[in-house]
Amino acid sequence: MESSESAKKQYQDLVEEISPNSRLWVDCLKAFVTGGLICCVGQWLNNLLIAARVSKDAAGTYTGVILIFCGVLLTGLGYYDKLGKYAGAGTVVPITGFANSVAAPAIEFKKEGFVLGMAAKMFLVAGPVIVYGALASVLVGLFYYFSR
Amino acid sequence: MDKHIGKQSIRFQNPPVIVSVSSVAGPKEGEGPLGSRMDRVSQDILLGKETWEKAESEYVRQGIELAVEKSGLPLSGIQYILAGDLLNQAIGTSFGVRSLQRPFLGLFGACSTIGEAMMLGAALVDGGFADYVAASASSHFCSAEKTFRFPLELGSQRPPTASWTVTGGGAMIIGAPEAEPGRYGACEECPRVTAATTGKIVDMGIKDANNMGAAMAPAAADVLTRHFEDLNIRPEEYDVIATGDLGHFGREILFRLMLEAGYDISGNTTDCGIEIFDRDQQDTHAGGSGCACAAVTFAAYFYPQLCSKRIKKFLLVPTGALMNSTTVQQGESIPAIAHAVRIEAGGV
Repeated sequence: MESSESAKKQYQDLVEEISPNSRLWVDCLKAFVTGGLICCVGQWLNNLLIAARVSKDAAGTYTGVILIFCGVLLTGLGYYDKLGKYAGAGTVVPITGFANSVAAPAIEFKKEGFVLGMAAKMFLVAGPVIVYGALASVLVGLFYYFSR
Repeated sequence: MDKHIGKQSIRFQNPPVIVSVSSVAGPKEGEGPLGSRMDRVSQDILLGKETWEKAESEYVRQGIELAVEKSGLPLSGIQYILAGDLLNQAIGTSFGVRSLQRPFLGLFGACSTIGEAMMLGAALVDGGFADYVAASASSHFCSAEKTFRFPLELGSQRPPTASWTVTGGGAMIIGAPEAEPGRYGACEECPRVTAATTGKIVDMGIKDANNMGAAMAPAAADVLTRHFEDLNIRPEEYDVIATGDLGHFGREILFRLMLEAGYDISGNTTDCGIEIFDRDQQDTHAGGSGCACAAVTFAAYFYPQLCSKRIKKFLLVPTGALMNSTTVQQGESIPAIAHAVRIEAGGV
């Protein structure tokens, strides 16, 4: 098999011709609807809490806590991955997806022990989100501070 | 060197016989098109063990023990075990054969391992170094996901080109032809390994670990072309050619590459990854993969047809992607390999 750069390029073209891509529009639509539904549930919870005379700030916190709990519970019961398979980014982006990304490795690596397994590998997936999320918030904070 | 022919092939002088085979597999494989033909299908993917790794080792142990049992030989009659799997340091296999207490040669050829094991096992037997050897390969969906992809419970989507790792173990006992006919094994006239072509590593620059078929197809094309040239035959000579785990799209790519090389293999070529799952019913996307894919499919599906002589000349071409998760993260392309093992029905 010739493996010069031009042969490789030609081969990549053949692979692209034959390999189907994910169905972008269908996947986007499913993600939009599912993600939107999760957010609607969040908004509904928030409204409910405010109606129950919880302060606006506390209501936001409680909503987050409830959604995270639901995400972890559904992960533990083995439903979230099935939902995620259907919804894609729709279940990854909301806060429930973040909960899933922490709970899933925690379950997987528990068998390697609570310290070096579960605790050490819990942030395998969520770690980059935390690192770059914190970094981004610092940069936005600085921008806000100096542009005021 | 009269057994070495052409550039990369060997022809066995006294073709070793495949005395018996075994296939043990998980629940999803049991629900697939070949489920009823498998020796043992477990409803519990963990086989009663606590971890995926221990479960995989249990598939290995059960597979080899069952193949030995079906051969009618005592375990002590097996002079070598040649086996491998996908996990780091091939622990699925070494922990699995630990209790068997037979001389062991651990192999790694990724999903091509069963081909490697069959070639080397047959060479040991034809060389007069052993009367009986066991060849085996295993994989486990969950341990492979954990090693190569994400934790199982993570909600993520797989692209259409992704494959589904087969859970199970396939094993076989290869023996010297003197043992025939009918002394051991279920088959009246056992199929024999008559020739083999060892593949080179082929890397066409594919980096997408979710498209293994594309990474491995050039290696399969390379070894097939070599095999036909070394043995001076045409692909039509084979009743069936079965690649290991190229899947639906990898097979398409292989057909195109072979046409460019002047061989039309579309009439008699299938892929173990295509046979073992029903992609419409089982949502397995490109098809089955993993070391167990070729091993289990050969044992459950092709071996019985060779025994009944429905297939007379068969070429098994297990394919392997030789990367790990570190090389993928470091942006390396995926080197691939394939070996071709020629098996002929007995007494033909």
